[in-house]
Amino acid sequence: MYPFTYHRPRSLRDALALLAADPEARPLAGGMTLIPSLKHRLAAPSQLVDIVRLPELQGIAHDDRSLTIGAASRYVDIARHPLVQQVLPALAQVADAIGDPQVRSRGTIGGSIANNDPAADFPAAVLALAAVICTDRREIAADDFFQGMFTTALEPDELIREIRFAIARRAAYAKFHHPASGYAMCGVFVADFGESVRVGVTGAAPVVFRWHEAEAALTRRLAPEAVAGLALSPQGLNADLHAPAAYRAQLAAVMLQEAVAQITTRTTT
Amino acid sequence: MSRVTLTVNGSSRMLEVEDRTLLVDLLRDQLGLTGTHVGCDTSQCGCCTIHLDGVAVKACTTLALQADGSDVVTIEGLAPADRLHPVQEAFSACHGLQCGYCTPGMIMATTDLLARHPDPTDEQIRDGLAGNLCRCTGYVNIEAAVRTAAAALRAADGTAKGGQ
Repeated sequence: MYPFTYHRPRSLRDALALLAADPEARPLAGGMTLIPSLKHRLAAPSQLVDIVRLPELQGIAHDDRSLTIGAASRYVDIARHPLVQQVLPALAQVADAIGDPQVRSRGTIGGSIANNDPAADFPAAVLALAAVICTDRREIAADDFFQGMFTTALEPDELIREIRFAIARRAAYAKFHHPASGYAMCGVFVADFGESVRVGVTGAAPVVFRWHEAEAALTRRLAPEAVAGLALSPQGLNADLHAPAAYRAQLAAVMLQEAVAQITTRTTT
Repeated sequence: MSRVTLTVNGSSRMLEVEDRTLLVDLLRDQLGLTGTHVGCDTSQCGCCTIHLDGVAVKACTTLALQADGSDVVTIEGLAPADRLHPVQEAFSACHGLQCGYCTPGMIMATTDLLARHPDPTDEQIRDGLAGNLCRCTGYVNIEAAVRTAAAALRAADGTAKGGQ
């Protein structure tokens, strides 16, 4: 690792001041991506601003229409939280599908979303659940947030405070794990809002995306048969040493079937 | 350099570290606790698993300063010096190792797993150890060790409760 200075500010305001004062400073949450990047000398920040204990970034709460999760909530907190399991169990399912227990004990939802790894799990849920990303200065709709590979709408010195999820009537996540890394080779999150269905796909393309044809078919009829013949074009999908684009397209169709089957065979969400 | 204060295996420690020092290097190089191993340096193998405030984490992917104010338990602190923890006993009895390099991490991950699931299913065992790689044994005896340890801990817990 290249040398850096570590800070642990007490408040969001202090954290923002540190980040604003130095363009080479970076926020540090769980560190599950950033610390390995530092170890490989793929990143060389001058300062790390540890935000994981900031009081403004904690907590899980809900009202009739939404579930709000503090950005510093760790995957394990989300997976085991009774409120999440009660009102949006598919979100607990996503958290529990990430990495391994040690990673889930450190990684945070805010970190996952801000990093926007093409194969990360939470972006699929954030997009499909029409979440709103609430930062220190504004609210950003999920549809506007994920802009490209490792790129989001966030300004360099902007911090996510919390993520507000719309509560779906029913939802499910199906993921094909990469056998070595645990990342999503492809993950499909399906959310049923009654009048509409939203489908988020991660792992398949350079950035998470909504599968509009699947949404239209499932909005007409939410059943595995409604999307039985649906194929995703491999055009623009990722092709690398793990899988060619056509394989990922096929995986997306299979994961879509699986997620819809989960939804329709469950008696409750 | 910065100052870090933490509790390690029950003892309060105050140390000077570089800001970039990893927790695993503090434990091994500054405190001589070399039971915590570094196996991969890419955050994948889990050899460096310790307990940070009661949960299993990878000490190679945690800065020492992130652990400031925290409680750390390493393999050396799992049982009193002259005794083995039931999970250690089970790994020995079931031959849940070959070269032994991954074993401290396996044992720290197992104790975390069994705290959450005292009677784990095979799936829970595999998920609980998904962050720990063994390149010798193929995991059959490791899983047997986890089941044996779970039974021993449940029996000890039952005895303790029965004796009250």
